[in-house]
Amino acid sequence: MAGVVAEPDPGATAPAAEAEPTAAPPGRSGPAWLRRLRLPTQPFFRHGLLAVLGGVACYLLSVQVSSFANFNIAEVAAYTVVIAGLALLVGGTGQISLGHAALMAVGAYAYADLESHNKHLPLAVGLLLATALTAAAGGIVGAAAARLRGPYLAGVTLALGLAVPQLADHYFSSDQGIPISFTPPSTVEANHWLAWICLLSALIVLFLLANLRTSRWARAFSAVRDDEIAASLAGISVARTQILGFVISAACAGLGGALLALCNLGATSGAFPISLSILLIAGVVIGGTGTLVGAVWGGILVVYGPIWLDDAVGSTTSSLGVNLPSIVFGALIVLVVIFVPNGIQGALNRLGLRVRRAARW
Amino acid sequence: MRLFVNYTLVGVTQGLVYAAVALALVLAWRSTRILNFAQGAMAMITTYIAATLLEHSVGYWEAFIAAIAAGLVIGAVTERLVIRPVEARNPLNAVIVAIGVLIFLEALAAAIWGSVERGFPAPFSLVGYRVGGHGIELAPFDVFVIVAVLVMMALLLALFRFTALGLRMRASAFSPEVAGMLGVRVKRLLTLGWALAAAAGALAGLFVAPSVFLYPQNMDSVLIFGFTAAIIGGLESPLGALAGGLVSGLAWSYVGGYIGPSFQASGAVALLVVVLMVRPSGLFSSPQARRV
Repeated sequence: MAGVVAEPDPGATAPAAEAEPTAAPPGRSGPAWLRRLRLPTQPFFRHGLLAVLGGVACYLLSVQVSSFANFNIAEVAAYTVVIAGLALLVGGTGQISLGHAALMAVGAYAYADLESHNKHLPLAVGLLLATALTAAAGGIVGAAAARLRGPYLAGVTLALGLAVPQLADHYFSSDQGIPISFTPPSTVEANHWLAWICLLSALIVLFLLANLRTSRWARAFSAVRDDEIAASLAGISVARTQILGFVISAACAGLGGALLALCNLGATSGAFPISLSILLIAGVVIGGTGTLVGAVWGGILVVYGPIWLDDAVGSTTSSLGVNLPSIVFGALIVLVVIFVPNGIQGALNRLGLRVRRAARW
Repeated sequence: MRLFVNYTLVGVTQGLVYAAVALALVLAWRSTRILNFAQGAMAMITTYIAATLLEHSVGYWEAFIAAIAAGLVIGAVTERLVIRPVEARNPLNAVIVAIGVLIFLEALAAAIWGSVERGFPAPFSLVGYRVGGHGIELAPFDVFVIVAVLVMMALLLALFRFTALGLRMRASAFSPEVAGMLGVRVKRLLTLGWALAAAAGALAGLFVAPSVFLYPQNMDSVLIFGFTAAIIGGLESPLGALAGGLVSGLAWSYVGGYIGPSFQASGAVALLVVVLMVRPSGLFSSPQARRV
């Protein structure tokens, strides 16, 4: 399985040539001209190089576009982090979570609460603490989840997705939530600063996940997903592996939630409804479960899907015009899953393979 | 004590509504092994159809029958059009298709009927009976809900247990290949399973609307408690759906009454975790043989 691409540039040159689905070890794959460049063959350096290149591309994109577009880019980056973590759970250990928005809410409220009690907390420390706290919460959920399969796990996480916003409303002031003050350096425009923070976080997360995917942990994940009994016979602790998957996934959700709280200048329970959890799962599947680039597609879909559809078919003059974007969105989700079952990245990989085969003739 | 009695009565009524939703999920699960996330939205649509008929001065019972019939049609059409292409694939894809249908139907309802909350009539009084000078939380409408759900359960059980059609449905759920080889038209029965499921959901929709009003998302949280009920019951048996519905309805009522409405969903989580810790596939599940 290739797809070890940490290319986090939303919307830019997408089907990177590295995604060749062959059994070659990472670093040796790709077309001949790429191999001739003598790129580092160790996954760690290779992913690092890709992350740096992606970072440069993101920076160039960010300074080119408007302030409002930068706000959307920040959101895409935040959702990419969450969806990459959820994809690790769904595609990696084969567990399902329909309550990931609840974990995002934990991250958002944790960050907002820390920030409101300690105004001088550095941003990075706050984000890290929120991530760690959500990871701990994910560990508790994961311990319960490790006993459950398929629909039973779906039911518990779905109920959790309803419960957490209710509790947040109960313990924190319900209407406004917790506001966050966000002060960018005086030389940088606020939305650009926001986009850079979110993009940097996304790059770091994708870099770490790309390395995880080539580690022994990823092999344990797939072993558990494909056959639990065989995995435990091979000496893998099934429960521990599944809990680890949940912890990593929750950490991503927590970081993404905290970043979104930054974007929204506060944590409110209304920002993390059950429908968001469901949209995240749709983002994972439509982006393409097996790859990290799929998470970027998923993030773009969750943020830009409604915006683009609104531009294309929406209007504010009639009841139909207001709701038509959602009608088309629902229909598109159904059609994409029926006709492109492996998601966008799966379709692109297949297209790339076909082009290369044709070129070889 | 009077509080406890009232919470129990509310819990039982609510539990039977959840049982109807759970039954809808169980029927769809039995036929195609798919969790139908669009079940709530389908029930919302059929309730809107009934509301439209009522506005055109059709009688309540005619509208009631029309909603159930619309449920049968919507269930069958959904299975045939969008679920069948993904039935044999990764179960996650079927979940996403159901989610797409959910988004589609809720937006469609908002486009046709608007997203403003509207009232929905009940055929019987919503004012509680009086026992010994005190009003209790049991109204004639609640009695109707309880009886109607129990009658529907009994009819479905009779269908599965005593008719040739029910035997064929059980056979095609138990082992599609063998049933198909013995001449059962399995695909057609899967469609029928979804149609029956949506009809059960339509019934739940009609019972929910008088108390929470009618709007495009009015079934969302009901669906989640219905899920809780179906999962506690084990996803396989209609009786399990009934038991699960009662348990989650009572839990919903006691937690809401004694602790506070903000904790109702947490109560559902706790209930699910406790039940599933003891029996990982629900109360009424039969032990599954796993091939090693």
